[in-house]
Amino acid sequence: MKLFTFKPGGVHPKESKLTKDKAFVRLKPPKIVVIPLSQHIGAPNTSLVKVGDHVKIGQVIGSAKAFVSAPVHSSVSGEVIAIEPRPHPLGTKVPSVVIKNDFKDEWVEDIKKISSLEEVQPKDLVGIIRDKGIVGMGGATFPTAVKLSPPKGKLIDTLIANGAECEPYLTTDYRTMLEFPDKIIDGLLIEIRITGAKHAFIAVENNKEDAAELLEKRVKTRGLKNIEVVLVKTKYPQGGEKQLIKAVLGKEVPSGKLPLEVGAVVENVGTLKAIAEAVFEGKPLIERGTTVSGTAIKNPGNYIIRIGTTVEDIIDQTGGLTKKLRKLIFGGPMMGLAQSTVEVPAIKGTSGILFFGEEALDMAPQDESPCIRCSRCVDFCPMGLMPVLIDHASRRNDLKLAESLNATDCIECGVCSYVCPAKRHLTENIRKAKQKILKQRKIEAAKQAAFEKLKALREKQAKEAQEKLKKEVK
Amino acid sequence: MDKNMVDLVVTSSPHIRDKVKTSGIMMDVLIALIPATIAGLWFFGAKHTLGVIVISILSAIAAEYLSCWMFRRKPSLSDLSAVVTGLLLALTLPPSSPYWMVVVGAFAAIIVGKEIFGGIGSNPFNPALVGRAVLMISWPTYMTTWVKPFTKSVFPSTAAVTTATPLNIIKLKGYSALLANFGGSVNLYKSLFFGNVGGCIGETSALLLLIGGLYLIIRKVIDWRIPTFYIATVFVLSPLFHRDPVFSILAGGLFLGAFFMATDYSSSPITSKGRIWYAISLGFLTVILRQFGASPEGVMYSILIVDCFVPFFDKMIPRAYGHFVKKEVKA
Repeated sequence: MKLFTFKPGGVHPKESKLTKDKAFVRLKPPKIVVIPLSQHIGAPNTSLVKVGDHVKIGQVIGSAKAFVSAPVHSSVSGEVIAIEPRPHPLGTKVPSVVIKNDFKDEWVEDIKKISSLEEVQPKDLVGIIRDKGIVGMGGATFPTAVKLSPPKGKLIDTLIANGAECEPYLTTDYRTMLEFPDKIIDGLLIEIRITGAKHAFIAVENNKEDAAELLEKRVKTRGLKNIEVVLVKTKYPQGGEKQLIKAVLGKEVPSGKLPLEVGAVVENVGTLKAIAEAVFEGKPLIERGTTVSGTAIKNPGNYIIRIGTTVEDIIDQTGGLTKKLRKLIFGGPMMGLAQSTVEVPAIKGTSGILFFGEEALDMAPQDESPCIRCSRCVDFCPMGLMPVLIDHASRRNDLKLAESLNATDCIECGVCSYVCPAKRHLTENIRKAKQKILKQRKIEAAKQAAFEKLKALREKQAKEAQEKLKKEVK
Repeated sequence: MDKNMVDLVVTSSPHIRDKVKTSGIMMDVLIALIPATIAGLWFFGAKHTLGVIVISILSAIAAEYLSCWMFRRKPSLSDLSAVVTGLLLALTLPPSSPYWMVVVGAFAAIIVGKEIFGGIGSNPFNPALVGRAVLMISWPTYMTTWVKPFTKSVFPSTAAVTTATPLNIIKLKGYSALLANFGGSVNLYKSLFFGNVGGCIGETSALLLLIGGLYLIIRKVIDWRIPTFYIATVFVLSPLFHRDPVFSILAGGLFLGAFFMATDYSSSPITSKGRIWYAISLGFLTVILRQFGASPEGVMYSILIVDCFVPFFDKMIPRAYGHFVKKEVKA
């Protein structure tokens, strides 16, 4: 197998893949699920059910008309007991459907399964992916159907299945590759059918060579010539979309553009499995594999969890905590989000849930000391940015300077903060600058639009007045 | 579940940090300086030289403490940078330096060189070299009196034990006189490489400085580009002035300056490209100063002068991902 990597930058933190050898275990569904109506990037869904309704597994309970959106489905059968804002992993409260499980596990009746890809039009396959609520399961939660619907004139010629899983602790993708290699391949075949891509890669970090070998064996056995398994060097953030494209295809996605610009689509292996299940089994995204790990949880492992299961239930179901829980992280330790409550539910993008005790505070010291200009952040930035300078600009709120230093290209991978010997909050400050710049751009765009509108109106009025004058003169 | 078991702290990602700390980096620099320091003690006698080193370090710590108190700043002694500055200053002083002068130099280095600019990370010049420059201007005689290695007393009471540095001999009498002095170029190289020549406490042995420098490069504390391009530039340009290139890179403070002074984070550029041009400028200026300057050595002033241009070198920003210099957006 070929070995690729991106350059420059990147780090190799301690892998800490404690749950590497733990096969997926299906957790018992909880008594109550909390399903946020918005679990994707894009327009939020509105509820299709009301309190008191009886719902079945797989029933659509929230949807939106907007193109960039993904419906949500009930993950249990039972009664809707509340529709109200509840804590969401993103840190805010989001309208959520709370369902009391009746433990009958009744499925919706009209499940349509596809037996052969040839009998369906690509357009209809995209429709299935959309209807089944599939989003990017690596954590970004971008609606997959949108990703597979390029604007006219743009061609997708290469697909990359992302099995890099470069975040420490996380083993969800690894277990998925080991246990469901054929579903991943099926998912790729579906995407090939949709996009007409000529070539597909499955990229796996070389600390998971066994998974890569298994996938290659399956690809060979099935006689698939257009799918190639490749190794990428174990380096964070190798699994970043832009880094993976650079590593495997040697191309760079132009600043501010989508991978589509270079004819590529990158898809997490878990997403591909979900796509295969959506198409061939008619199964919507109602459960997902998630790594439960860290030092404060009694039984770390890889669990298949119903969407909407709260952390509280996950703790109870897996055997409890070993010590006082001081840090709860959704996602990996490099990019994950720290949670403020155990009431948050696991959602479509939850690739891992990490539990830490007091030691978490030493793992990420918060006290900053002065920058010593060692330039480690510059040397290790996988986007070739100047984190130290953007950080200075951000602290002074000099957004113009931050923008000229390409702050908006930052992928917030956390490498700069990770390597900083002065423990400065570089990523956080760059993120702040980035958000402010994007907000400003939005405001500017709105202003411009309003101005254009006003200008058009004025011109129209002027024209009318002139015509009126002409008439009067006549 | 028991709610008392949960007491969550929310912080921004990343939730893990590398173990490297500022004090760890400084400790690495100190470790790298051990061989050259021991050599200084060995060549010039521990009796007085050790005093110079210890007093320089203690004065630097005292100056740091004083200025933190003066500027109402959080005490920063624990980052060890004052110890590094103190030791580096001592290594750039003649072995016979009077103790009171060392104290003045250390205070100048810390207060004028570093703290008035805002402390660690904010100094535009290398603090140890600022201290040395102050002493050089104030007491040039003390700063240019050199003792021969392995002399019993470091105090040059008689003319017999004083010597001139090799660069000095070249300046005054020419290269052939120097060769005669050492008995051939092979002997000269050997002396310079192992350090058996007159000079500052820490600058004489190229070999031991090289070992320390390589340690820092391997530990990724310093960028290999600065010493490599600096020394290479001197090597390439020296023959233009009819100077022996091997002699030119081994003599004087070049290795000490290239590995330990020019690589000072705060006063050197932050991009790879900037560092290369910074190092080349240093090499160019060192050769010019050695040839045309009033004093035989030019490393210190080269570094202090080129440090002024670091903001310019910092503009040499690398190409970011997804930004194409030429219009080569691939379809």
